[in-house]
Amino acid sequence: MSTDTQPTPDGAPSAEEFEALQSRIDELEDELAAVRSDVDDDPQKMVIIATKGTLDMAYPPLILASTAAAFGYDVTVFHTFWGLEILHEEKADDLKLSSVGNPNMPVPNVVGALPGMDRVTTRMMEKQIADNEVATVRELIETSIDQGVEFQACQMTIDLMDYDEDDFFDEVETGVGAASAFQEMVEADIQLLV
Amino acid sequence: MSTETPTETLDVKGQNCPMPVVKTKGAFDGLAPGGTLEVVATDSGSMSDIKGWADSTDDAELVDQQEDTEDGEAVYKHYIRKTE
Repeated sequence: MSTDTQPTPDGAPSAEEFEALQSRIDELEDELAAVRSDVDDDPQKMVIIATKGTLDMAYPPLILASTAAAFGYDVTVFHTFWGLEILHEEKADDLKLSSVGNPNMPVPNVVGALPGMDRVTTRMMEKQIADNEVATVRELIETSIDQGVEFQACQMTIDLMDYDEDDFFDEVETGVGAASAFQEMVEADIQLLV
Repeated sequence: MSTETPTETLDVKGQNCPMPVVKTKGAFDGLAPGGTLEVVATDSGSMSDIKGWADSTDDAELVDQQEDTEDGEAVYKHYIRKTE
């Protein structure tokens, strides 16, 4: 085996090698310190993309968002397509449950498809929520806002679904698109699509 | 029994997940260092949730957790000290 620099007779590195190693160690230590301070300074971050607007599917993003905020995370929830309904000031209190397409429903699909069945199953779910002392969608949104959760409404789907920016809760940020959501996801420790 | 007298008490009886943890965080933020927050909940999940929250919150030390009965209903009491 041949090396460019000859080791000293006792096998110890030469003075040049020693110096090079030492300066490399210093360099790496500086880098590590910089990485550590970045990690320590920035609070951890979670981004949720909320795409569903049914009563049952409004809960997971809101519960996780408020919980993560309680754990000290910076939380952004980006609402797109039917997820916008959750942030809609009037519709948020009136989200529906679909009585078809869910095999866990107590009614068969053919019955669920009858007119008015969505209203029946939604009422049942609302009663379950109240009986079990689970917070309402509005309570969870207000609590999340109090905890510093940032709610964003996708501008493209606001336009697509013919909503107005004033339709949403005051604290909701509008005028944001996929690029800003993606950028936040890149920086986040946790990214979820609901 | 808790060794310390709580500085403040948060009553989250009748509230379910995630409210006990979320409200604990809110009350804990307003607590002076060295103070102890007592959280009284009826949600049995609060035993594990508040422990988890305290474990990952730097200045929160879970001093004690107790299961009690009030008016025939189970209540869960949590004592969290603010260390700094």
